[in-house]
Amino acid sequence: MGSLLLDKAAIVTGGARGIGRAIATEFLKEGCDVVIFDKFFPQDFDNYVSEMATCYGRKIIHKSVDITNTNDTQKACEEAAAEFGHIDILVNNAGITRDKLLIRMTEEEWDSVLAVNLKGAFNTMRVLSRIMAKQRYGKIINISSVVGLMGNFGQSNYAASKAGLIGLSKAVAKELAGRNVNVNCVAPGFVETEMTLQLSDEQRMALLNLVPLKRASKPEEIAGIVAFLSSEKANYITGQVICVDGGMVM
Amino acid sequence: MHLFENKIVLVTGGSRGIGRAIAEKFRECKAEVIITYKSRVDTRHFDARGIKYFQCDAADSKRVIELVDYIVNEYGRIDVLVNNAGITKDTLIMRMTEQDWDSVVSTNLKGTFLFCREVVKSMVKNHKGKIINISSIVATTGNAGQSNYVASKAGVIGLTRSLAKELASYDIQVNAVAPGFVETDMTAKLTDQQKEAVLNFGIKRKPAKPDKVADFITFLASPESDLINGQTFIVEATHLRKDEIIHFKTGV
Repeated sequence: MGSLLLDKAAIVTGGARGIGRAIATEFLKEGCDVVIFDKFFPQDFDNYVSEMATCYGRKIIHKSVDITNTNDTQKACEEAAAEFGHIDILVNNAGITRDKLLIRMTEEEWDSVLAVNLKGAFNTMRVLSRIMAKQRYGKIINISSVVGLMGNFGQSNYAASKAGLIGLSKAVAKELAGRNVNVNCVAPGFVETEMTLQLSDEQRMALLNLVPLKRASKPEEIAGIVAFLSSEKANYITGQVICVDGGMVM
Repeated sequence: MHLFENKIVLVTGGSRGIGRAIAEKFRECKAEVIITYKSRVDTRHFDARGIKYFQCDAADSKRVIELVDYIVNEYGRIDVLVNNAGITKDTLIMRMTEQDWDSVVSTNLKGTFLFCREVVKSMVKNHKGKIINISSIVATTGNAGQSNYVASKAGVIGLTRSLAKELASYDIQVNAVAPGFVETDMTAKLTDQQKEAVLNFGIKRKPAKPDKVADFITFLASPESDLINGQTFIVEATHLRKDEIIHFKTGV
């Protein structure tokens, strides 16, 4: 057990599975209380919660929230803040894909990806920026993607949303800099999650060829950087994009 | 200046500001130019120059589909698309309403997506095309009070890079231009303090004239730029005197 984030309180969106869950675990391990927002929670989630509670003895709360809904998100964020009396860390991790070539992409496929990945982050940051500004302390970490930096075949909606998230982070970093609130992005590359398990072998090989380290990352390897950026060790870092991608973007 | 003779050029948001300068520059180069506008257009001005204009809210998918369909039927194809339509609704994020966010992101980002999707259908058939998306310098630097605008314009860069990869095999180039401070109706709304913040951030800049931005756009639409794809270019008027260079260096 570490103490990097001792007695802090965090919100992690999309924390039920994948990278989000790894981030929540890392936070709990480092002494932080965690509120997990997600739309659905898998069957094993209750086991996960009780296991975490026994291992690390920190509070872990989960809320079923649709972050694309501005009012519901505002309510959930305010409830979380009321629960702990403070929220020091916000991680916008919730994200979806609906891959399709541009010509065949429907308006619905565009809208749904932008709504979760970009507007969802706006919805939480809108509320938490007020709370964190008042506290004169806060760390916001937005999970973007190397695809936001490089673009990708068949992912115009996803790339637009993840690039937009980088812009949003920089704008808010400047807005909140005077209030001691830091806003940064982490851009993972190829991570082993349920989302990437859907790829065919051929797609995997093609992707691995783009990674100088020649392997995918584990969700824990993303979570470590997020914990660092959420800690007081990163007090002088704001408005940055950290690629955790095995060297894909150089 | 017959560089674009017989070329069909579509410029969204072409009734004012940078869009208008772009449309006029293409027209000077003999292109067939079509602009879209959202609320009003100086019809006499564009009639006199032989520029066609159509009402279209870039965020309205039905209207975009209908209009592009009409243009392709009427002119046979579209050679150049400039996605320029953009709006601002500036306020700090903690005071920003859902409506402020939605209107900016749907016009600036979704509008670009919609026009790309529809126009590309014609370009893919021709195995040729140029798309230029207008982003903004603030997409790369961030800007306080513009989180919606910055997100939308940064999103445009991500979209540009994806489309460049998707469409490369059809000989369609997709690039983005990120203007700095340009003298337009949009920037005229800024307070002196806001202007100062943009113009004197890092190095000194002066406001650019819209037609200088248009010069670069026509280059990106010309065959001379065939090897340029998926890039974002900052276009701005830097204004640096020798003593300021020294000051800047020692100041850091």
